[in-house]
Amino acid sequence: MRFRLDRFAARQRIASRFRGFGDRTFFVASWHHSECTLGDVPAALAVSGLAKRYGAVEALSGVSLEVGESELVGLLGPNGAGKSTLVKIACGLVRPTTGRAEVCGVRAGSREARSAMGYLAELFRFPGWMSADELLKLHQRLAGSEGGERERSELLELVGLLDARARTVEAMSKGMQQRLGIAQALVGSPRLLLLDEPTSALDPVGRRTVRTLLEELKRRGVSVLLNSHLLSEIELVCDRVVILLGGKVVAAGTPAELARPRGVEIETNGGARTYAEASRDDIPRLIAELVQDGQSVYGARVLTSTLEEVYVEAVGGETS
Amino acid sequence: MTAVWTIAGYGLREALRRKVFLVVCLLTIAFLALYWMGTRYAFHHIGNVAPPEGIDPRTFAGAFLFGMAMFGTLFLGVVLAIFLTLGVVRGDAERALLQPLVVRPVGRSTLLVARFLGAAAVCAPYVLILYFAGMLVTGLEGSWWPDRIVMPGLELAGGVLIVAALSLLGSVFLSSIANGIAVFMIFGAGLVAGLLGNIGHVLNSHGLVHAAKIAAWAIPFEALYQDALRSITERTSGLTGFLLRLGPFGGAEQGGVALRLWAVAYLGIVGVVAIAGFLRRDL
Repeated sequence: MRFRLDRFAARQRIASRFRGFGDRTFFVASWHHSECTLGDVPAALAVSGLAKRYGAVEALSGVSLEVGESELVGLLGPNGAGKSTLVKIACGLVRPTTGRAEVCGVRAGSREARSAMGYLAELFRFPGWMSADELLKLHQRLAGSEGGERERSELLELVGLLDARARTVEAMSKGMQQRLGIAQALVGSPRLLLLDEPTSALDPVGRRTVRTLLEELKRRGVSVLLNSHLLSEIELVCDRVVILLGGKVVAAGTPAELARPRGVEIETNGGARTYAEASRDDIPRLIAELVQDGQSVYGARVLTSTLEEVYVEAVGGETS
Repeated sequence: MTAVWTIAGYGLREALRRKVFLVVCLLTIAFLALYWMGTRYAFHHIGNVAPPEGIDPRTFAGAFLFGMAMFGTLFLGVVLAIFLTLGVVRGDAERALLQPLVVRPVGRSTLLVARFLGAAAVCAPYVLILYFAGMLVTGLEGSWWPDRIVMPGLELAGGVLIVAALSLLGSVFLSSIANGIAVFMIFGAGLVAGLLGNIGHVLNSHGLVHAAKIAAWAIPFEALYQDALRSITERTSGLTGFLLRLGPFGGAEQGGVALRLWAVAYLGIVGVVAIAGFLRRDL
């Protein structure tokens, strides 16, 4: 309960921070929608039959996936599964060997596609001599953003770096640099955000801030492809999950779709009892039987596999 | 166009903040101080020298010393150009500095051109300042001034820009260290070509002179340096003129307008190859 309240409070704080920034985000989102009818709104990211070879190594082989409008998709897989390659193709850093990748209906890597997206690399560095404010100013100029001082302040506040705006990158901790990276990716109010391990250097509080931020972005109409090893994070914020293994999609769907039933647990005065073969439909019958046997029933719940279990099952325990 | 100036400005600021710039500045001060001392000493004692007939000692000393200063200027300019550009693409990509810039809606060609302009904005003024400082020292200490004042300086700056472009091209394909070594070797090859030309002139070997000439035009920063050397003693004739044209570290050879046009075309070709390579490169 306390956790829920904390999340609610954090969400409110982020929402209040977003108000000014959000106006512009809304503007961008509504502009995109006004360009075409609802039926033909292109997916924020559409990838079809994508393959990439690095010499003899096949990083991706026939990957297809979509990130819809305002959708938050989590990309999972062991190291070397092709996640980063996929993200790099989407943002035009790497050219696919075959297949098609489109951002908002235009070829990934084209100027229009790059105008519509923000990207945070797994491994990134900013020039150490630049201050946070200077860095965002540089990216505003390159992104053609006219947000100016207001946008910079809002982004820095959003990631909790407003007080450090004059601090140089080299004087920042790794976590601060990571948050600055997220602010940089949000410059120009992108429609699609590609985040490659955005929380790898963050402490638990920082991770929660990013999680709340992602939820808020989704609410504001921004689509996100989130590549992360943190399954709990993905499970909490993502609408859909795609699991890659050896350059192929081995599982995809909503966390609920991927979860498998693992029986029913009923809490009685004699302790919790698990019925591994039972399903939701069996609960009334089971409770009736227990009551008939003179037991007191305090609660019942359907057990499903966690995303971690789904993941381990999908990748067959593989790790690099 | 805004993007070009933004990235050029970024490159310029990065260049000015690098320690290599400070090192080059210190080397420059040391070089100028030593050059001033050497020139002062040479001209102070020039009255005691009894040169062979047909040699004007003041012209010879002035042009020879200034020729060496021009080589020093070229060398320092090349060091600066290489260190500013050797890691622009692959080096910055390996350090993960490049990717956040490349994903912005700025063409890769724009990025490369802008980084070249940023390096040029540092190197060309540096070479010109050093060139004119050397000239001033020679003129004030020895009352000798080159036959042409501005063009040799511009040619030296042009030579350094060609090295910067080659280094930028190398940065697309090679790691920083490999690129640095490769470009210094090319610079060394130019130096050797100039020395071969010297030997060819002395031995009156047309084959050697011809080979040196081809090599100098294949890497035109060397031909520009030779033309600059030729320009400073353009109106000097006789034995003095002949000896001076043997030049320090490479003979003086007239290149003329054709060379300057070729140098511009060469820059363009190097630029096109670099852009084509960068466009195809996975980061």
